[in-house]
Amino acid sequence: MAGQSRILNGIKFIALIIVMILFVFPFVLLIVNSFKANQAITSDPLGLPSSFQFDNYVNAFDKMGYVSAFSNSLLITIAGVLLIALFAAMTAHYFVRHKSKLNQYLFFLMVAAMIIPFQAIMIPLVKIYGSLSLLDNKWSLIYMYIGFGSPLAVFIYHGFIKSIPLELEEAALMDGCGRVQTFFRIVLPVLLPTTVTISVLNVLWIWNDFLLPSLVLTSSEQRTLPLSTFYFYGTYTVDYGPLMAGLVLTLLPVLIVYLFAQKYIIQGVMQGAIK
Amino acid sequence: MLTEKGLWTRLRTRLIFTGPTLFAFATVMIIPFLYGIYLTFTNWDGIAVDQNFVGWDNYIGVFKDTVFWKSFGMTLEYVFITVVLTNAVAFLLAYAVTRGMKAQGWFRAGFFLPNLVGGIVLGFIWQFIFNQVLVFAGQKMNLTLFSTSWLADPDKAFWALIVVTVWQYAGYMMVIYIAGLMNVPKDVMEAASIDGASNRKMLARIVLPLMVPSFIVCIFLSLQRGFMVYDLNVSLTSGGPFKSTEMVSMHVYEQAFLARDYGLGQAEAFVLFILVAAITLLQVYFSKKLEVEA
Repeated sequence: MAGQSRILNGIKFIALIIVMILFVFPFVLLIVNSFKANQAITSDPLGLPSSFQFDNYVNAFDKMGYVSAFSNSLLITIAGVLLIALFAAMTAHYFVRHKSKLNQYLFFLMVAAMIIPFQAIMIPLVKIYGSLSLLDNKWSLIYMYIGFGSPLAVFIYHGFIKSIPLELEEAALMDGCGRVQTFFRIVLPVLLPTTVTISVLNVLWIWNDFLLPSLVLTSSEQRTLPLSTFYFYGTYTVDYGPLMAGLVLTLLPVLIVYLFAQKYIIQGVMQGAIK
Repeated sequence: MLTEKGLWTRLRTRLIFTGPTLFAFATVMIIPFLYGIYLTFTNWDGIAVDQNFVGWDNYIGVFKDTVFWKSFGMTLEYVFITVVLTNAVAFLLAYAVTRGMKAQGWFRAGFFLPNLVGGIVLGFIWQFIFNQVLVFAGQKMNLTLFSTSWLADPDKAFWALIVVTVWQYAGYMMVIYIAGLMNVPKDVMEAASIDGASNRKMLARIVLPLMVPSFIVCIFLSLQRGFMVYDLNVSLTSGGPFKSTEMVSMHVYEQAFLARDYGLGQAEAFVLFILVAAITLLQVYFSKKLEVEA
């Protein structure tokens, strides 16, 4: 009995390893090929590199405008994530603590808006912001992320704030803290776990987003990492070596962060889905 | 309840706390959405200063646009297949990595990996795999299935999109199913196993019914992502060969920004919104009926 289940467990374990290889292999293949010369890639894409072509990386780094794309992505993601979290936490807190009809309607409107797909908004969005000359600007993009990201963030914060005892805040108010001070000193620290969840979801979304930046950012020096990858790949289709290296360069920051924050990322996605 | 004295103080607090969010939300989502409805009744080409009011012409145009309906039908097919496959694979993976096995954390991390990367990059990686790696392996090992690139054949290109979508999202949905599985009360499971229920019976009678909320969330998410697929479509197949894999979201984009028919494009986007909203609301409504209390 015990022996049989051990064999069965062994089979299951091997099956899982095979599935795992299917999930990770594309990335391994990409990294291996990024060190090969073009000819070696096309003649034997499965082989190991015979000599390391670091030129591929130098080439891609240069042609992608990696430094500029990376810093654009970093600025947009950090500013977007922080501002969404801050503003949404304040709004959700206000909605929970001031139960008026108006606030209920506003909250309902935000939740309902979550089913509007981006495609139903993108054309008027480009038209309106284009006519105001607000396109091709990183800060417009960050502002748009606040607009698109706040419904979900308000919704998640709202659920969490309901469970915080009001006495905490009342005590602070009694001691002479103002509203804003009470929020920053008492409420915001308590919200930290939820903030981590919301930030993880928003980082994954904003860092990798393609369609919105492609509509808003038109000049090449404004490009984010996904945008510059797209243009680099699109205009450079003959030489696989630099292309592979370019894709690895785009992946690298994500992989490094994942290595250190893996637990938080998976936990964040989990919490975000339970709500 | 917190209330303050004085109209002015109340208004100021409201503005500080809800002002930035509501202003951004209104100007980025609500106003463009409403203005978008107005745009569907006009014929703006993207260049002219004025646009003319054309009544229901764009909506009639939507019904006449056979390419739109073809890509809509294909998107429905794609959504149906990917939702079923993604959730089946995700649930199996979640079930496998919550059995207390060694190295489960590593497995979870590996299965989740594709979700860290945007659709554009994933599409390019798989373009390389379909065009080079699989063709190379197919020719070496005499596998006719892979000896020519999937992306060059309309039917196979469609399946290539499905393969990559399932590969990408299964890990994400797995994480949600893991959370659901861990919420199944231990005492209920113990009681059942003392009563002599087999593993399979426990799965069918206890675990699956208690997991309905997770299924609702995952099906909802995979439906939405499926209907809106764009990045992967652009980078893996760019709608080809011969527009055979142009999903509806990409069609709307092309109609508006490349064919410069913003009115028609917006009308199609709006029709898409109504259909998708109806389908997701129906899904949530019917699955809520299946929910049981633990």
